[in-house]
Amino acid sequence: MQKQAIFQSKLLPYALVAPQLAIVLIFFYWPALQAVIQSFLLQDAFGLSSNFVWLDNYVELFRDPAYFEAIVRTFFFSFAIAVSSLSFALLLAVMADKPLRGSMLYRTLLIWPYAVAPPVVGVLWIFMLHPSLGVLARYLRAVGIDWNPLLDGNQAAALIILAAAWKQISYNFLFFLAGLQAIPKSVFEAAAIDGARPMRRFWTVTFPLLSPTIFFLLVVNIVYAFFDTFGIIDTMTRGGPGTSTVTLVYKVYSDGLLGGNLGSSAAQSVILMVMVIVLTGIQFRFVERKVTY
Amino acid sequence: MVEDEGFQRYVAHFILWVGIAIVAFPVYIAIVASTQDNALIANGQMSLLPGGHFFEVYYQTIFVGTSGSTREPVYNMMLNSLVMALLIAVGKIAISIISAYGIVYFRFPFRMPIFWIIFITLMLPVEVRIYPTYKIVADLHMLDSYAGLSLPLIASATATLLFRQFFMTVPDELLEASRIDGAGPLRFFWDTLLPLSRTNMAALFVILFILGWNQYLWPLLITTRDDMQTIQVGIRKMITTTDALTEWPVVMATAVLAMLPPVFVVVAMQKLFVRGLVETEK
Repeated sequence: MQKQAIFQSKLLPYALVAPQLAIVLIFFYWPALQAVIQSFLLQDAFGLSSNFVWLDNYVELFRDPAYFEAIVRTFFFSFAIAVSSLSFALLLAVMADKPLRGSMLYRTLLIWPYAVAPPVVGVLWIFMLHPSLGVLARYLRAVGIDWNPLLDGNQAAALIILAAAWKQISYNFLFFLAGLQAIPKSVFEAAAIDGARPMRRFWTVTFPLLSPTIFFLLVVNIVYAFFDTFGIIDTMTRGGPGTSTVTLVYKVYSDGLLGGNLGSSAAQSVILMVMVIVLTGIQFRFVERKVTY
Repeated sequence: MVEDEGFQRYVAHFILWVGIAIVAFPVYIAIVASTQDNALIANGQMSLLPGGHFFEVYYQTIFVGTSGSTREPVYNMMLNSLVMALLIAVGKIAISIISAYGIVYFRFPFRMPIFWIIFITLMLPVEVRIYPTYKIVADLHMLDSYAGLSLPLIASATATLLFRQFFMTVPDELLEASRIDGAGPLRFFWDTLLPLSRTNMAALFVILFILGWNQYLWPLLITTRDDMQTIQVGIRKMITTTDALTEWPVVMATAVLAMLPPVFVVVAMQKLFVRGLVETEK
C-alpha cells in the first residue's frame, strides 16, 4: 500500500523519522545486540576479561534444573491464568450481551480493574490472603485449610495465579463482549427456532463463532502471564518461598540483581526474545485472519 | 427468543452482580483497611466495615509517608509517576505521529527498512533487555532522572502503525487541495492532518497514560534515590519482610491512591479507552 499523493523533499522525511529512530537504535537495538553478544561470552570473576565460549552459556542454562523448572512453571502459570480468567470473563460477557437494563453500567463496573497496576494487584491480594492478618485467610483456616503461602510453594503459586487472573478478567471481558456483539443476532434466532436450548446454542453457535476472539485472547493472555506478572510476583512472594514462584522474567531480573553470571543472564534474555518473536508472530498471522471471519 | 426470557434475565443480572462483587472485593478491602488502626489489622482483627481513621491515615500517607525506613511522602511519588506517565504518553504519540507522517507522505531511500526497524521493536519489550538497557542509561548518566525513566520506553511500534494506518485512509484530495492553497508539508501536517487525528491521539493517550502510570520493572531498576521513586515502586518498598513493621493502613491508602488516576481515566473516558484498547491491539 502506497499513497499516490505525496510531498517531495530530500531531508524533511529523515528529520521526521529521526527522533523515533534514535530512541529505537540507542535503547532497543543496541541493548538487544549487547545481550546477544554477551550471551556468547564468559567473564572472569572480576569482570576484567571475557572469552568467546560459543554456546556454552546456553548449554549450561539448559542443563540447569532450576532453569528448566522456571520454563515449566512459566508455561503452567500462563495456562492456568489464561484458562481461569478467560472462562470467567466469557461467562460474564455472555450474560452482559443479553438485552438487560443497565448493561452499560455493568460494563463500566467490570472493566476498571484493567487500570490497576500489577504491583498494586499483588499488594491487594497478599493483604487479603496474608497468613496472619488476611481477612480471607481467616475463612480458609476456619474450614480447616492450613493456609500459609509464605511457606507453602503450591499455595504461593495458587495465589499468584489467582491475583493475575483477577486482573485480566476486565480485558478479556471487554474483548469477549465486542466479539459477541459482532455476531448477528439472527444466527441465534435461527438456532432457537430450530429448537436448540440455550446451552446447546452456546456450544454449537456462539463458541465456534467466537473462536477467533478466543484464540486472540489466548495469545494476549500468555504474553501477559509471561511479562506483566512480574509486578505481581515481586510484591507478593519475590519468587519465594524457595524458587516456587520464579518465572522466566523474574529469573532474569533476580539472577542479574545478584550480579553473578552476566553471560547466563544475557542468554536468558535472548531466549525470552525468541519466545516473544514466536508469540508476536502467531498473533500477527492470526490478526490477518480475524478480519475475515 | 423462545424460552422464558424473564427467568433467564434474572439469572444474568445475578451472575453479573456476583462478578462485579468478585472484581470489586479486593479494592473494597483496601479502602476499608486504609481507614483502620494498624494494631487491629496486625492482630488479624480487621473489621469488614470502614473505621474512623480515614483523615489521619490519608494525611500521613500523602504528606509524611511510613514511619519506617522509607520515609517518603506519597504525594511526591505520585508526582514522579505523573511526570513519567505524561512524558511516556505524550512522547510516544509525538515521535510516532511524525515518523508515520514521514513514512506515509514521502518517498525516500531506506523508507521501508526504517519502517521495519521501528516495527520490530514490538518484539523487544523492556523485560528482555533490562540489564543492557540499564547499562546504557547508566553510561548516559540518566539514572534517577525523568529522562532515564521515560526515554527508553518512548518508542512505539504500535502507535506508529496506528497512525500509518489512519493516514492511509485520509483521502488524497485533501493533500492536493492544500497544495493548491500553497501549503507546504509542515503546514499540511499541522493544519490538516493533526486536527483529523485528534480522536486517534486522544484514544491512544488514554491507553498510554495508563501504561506509563503502571510501569514497574523499569522504574524499580533505575531509581535508587527515594525522592525519584514512583508510586508503584514506593508501595513495594513499604511492605517489609518482617511483617510486624508493615504499616498496613498506609500501604492500603497508597494502593488506593495508586489506583485512583488510571481508574478515573478508564471510567471517565470509557469510550476513548475502549477505542484505544481495540485499536492498539489490531
